[in-house]
Amino acid sequence: MSIEIRNITKSFGSFQALKGIDLTISSGELVALLGPSGCGKTTLLRIIAGLEAADSGQILFHGEDTTHRHVRERQVGFVFQHYALFRHMTVFENIAFGLRVRPRAQRPPETEIRRRVHELLELVQLDWLADRYPGQLSGGQRQRIALARALAVEPKVLLLDEPFGALDAKVRKDLRRWLRRLHDELHITSVFVTHDQEEALEVADRVVVLNSGQIEQVGSADEVYDHPATPFVCQFIGDVNLFHGRVSDGRAHIGDTVLALPGTAESDAEQALFFARPHEIEIGGNGEGIGAIVRDIRRRGNAVRVELERKDGQGAVEAELSREAFGRYAIKHGDEVVIQPSRIRVFQH
Amino acid sequence: MSAQTLTFASHVHHVHHAARSETPWVRRSLTAAALVFLALFLLMPLALVFVQAFAKGWETYVSALMDPMALAAVKLTLLVTLIAVPLNTVFGVAAAWAIAKFEFPGKNLLTTLIDLPFSVSPVVSGLIYVLLFGMQGWLGPWLAEHDIKLIFAVPGIVLATIFVTVPFVARELIPLMQAQGNDEEEAALVLGASGWQTFRHITLPNIRWGLLYGVILCNARAMGEFGAVSVVSGHIRGATNTIPLHVEILYNEYNSAAAFAVASLLAMLALVTLALKSALEWRLARQIDADKDEE
Repeated sequence: MSIEIRNITKSFGSFQALKGIDLTISSGELVALLGPSGCGKTTLLRIIAGLEAADSGQILFHGEDTTHRHVRERQVGFVFQHYALFRHMTVFENIAFGLRVRPRAQRPPETEIRRRVHELLELVQLDWLADRYPGQLSGGQRQRIALARALAVEPKVLLLDEPFGALDAKVRKDLRRWLRRLHDELHITSVFVTHDQEEALEVADRVVVLNSGQIEQVGSADEVYDHPATPFVCQFIGDVNLFHGRVSDGRAHIGDTVLALPGTAESDAEQALFFARPHEIEIGGNGEGIGAIVRDIRRRGNAVRVELERKDGQGAVEAELSREAFGRYAIKHGDEVVIQPSRIRVFQH
Repeated sequence: MSAQTLTFASHVHHVHHAARSETPWVRRSLTAAALVFLALFLLMPLALVFVQAFAKGWETYVSALMDPMALAAVKLTLLVTLIAVPLNTVFGVAAAWAIAKFEFPGKNLLTTLIDLPFSVSPVVSGLIYVLLFGMQGWLGPWLAEHDIKLIFAVPGIVLATIFVTVPFVARELIPLMQAQGNDEEEAALVLGASGWQTFRHITLPNIRWGLLYGVILCNARAMGEFGAVSVVSGHIRGATNTIPLHVEILYNEYNSAAAFAVASLLAMLALVTLALKSALEWRLARQIDADKDEE
């Protein structure tokens, strides 16, 4: 089922949480709402679910206006950051809850409920935990049970609010791969909220980057990473180095250094922002480039992070080299080098 | 008592680690002082109630309780409790629900108002009712016109008791419900449960031990209330006397054996309350531990 979000706004007192959001999510898609805390992503998710009411705008499920439909009738599955499992019920009863509270006429018979719950427990690979209480489970297990509970009512849309936020790094990694596989199996339209860009890029078909109540960019993981639409997206997704300068004759002027801008046809600008990712920074002993001094060298697995300080006093630059490249340059602490971005993104303002 | 001993024990444990400076001698004498104090001011009077009650033998005891006036007092106390406790339970749950789960203007005022009966002397609470509903009170003439008698009658006693026991249930539930948050209720709603189903299957089971605890304290106070009830009752024997008032009358008539006999009923109520309270505290402590695990 597709979701259409039309010009949604929401304020809490004087704080404007959402400033006119427009977004269309196609049927069967897995979309991530990504942004820093306070950007409005959770509020948007709760408005889609019907747990929060928008001040203005519309939510359409499959072309049908659901803006004023009660959360109970929206047929969504919602997974909470802190699981929100019913603590006094067993895992089995937690999953069965959505079926048991149905009006008598729509309630499946007990044997059907049992079959369905066990099917879901098998789906989340936790069949052996049916008689336990939530307090007896690990965080990862709880979140999988919460997902099974949400799926029990056969929702048309699955909404997940920071589903892995409360888990430790290892479990988080396993679980998000598992979620991706599960989605490939079930093809249920899903939206999940996260502040972790790695998680969003790895799991989602499309990423929606939000900042202070507005959408900055919508695109695939590659698109938002390689072609960020705004300086915010550039800085939020992945590590990045920022240079201030100007553009003239199709070339970048950063401090006293002039760099070619290959592959772009930039018009002249008095003020421009240049972004380059750490792995796009090349370090050379001499030649054209920005003069810098090596301040720190840290090894991270197969990569080497080099922290440099610009000689013109315009701040620090971070470069990431492979072990081999690092060996080739033979740089050490305190060396004077020149740096050159192999690729650079330009934003004029 | 178990929960109290438990917390006490864990506290001592803490002190052990944090500051071992107290010598065993200091610790022992402090403990002894506390125990002597407890024995002198709590246990001995309680024991004395029973000693005095049986001072003139078993038969005097039974006849004091079987006295028609005593029976009427017991009946009235039970009636008042049976009205006041359920009402305050419903109100307490509703108020706690509103305060813990919603934001609304006047929330702080409501929280303060709930505490009011705790901060006002019961006698003053009684006087307020006399001032409002008494013959010389604001609504007195109107009530008299319509032949409604509140003061020096059973309805007044019920009202005074309700007023005095308002805070018990709400006070117990507010922190518990605040700690538990909204997530489970929201999860239930998303799964299609109605408001009532959510309350019945999610909220109520989560607060049941706290609720029972509040109800028991409320019950003890409703049965034992003296001050407010004394002001509005008028002490009409066999008609507007509750157990505490009956005890006072007997005592003032120098009928101390009978007074203590009736008082022993209240003392027994206190003991039962204490036992239930301890058992519930133990359950509550376990639930809070479990909730913490949940986080």
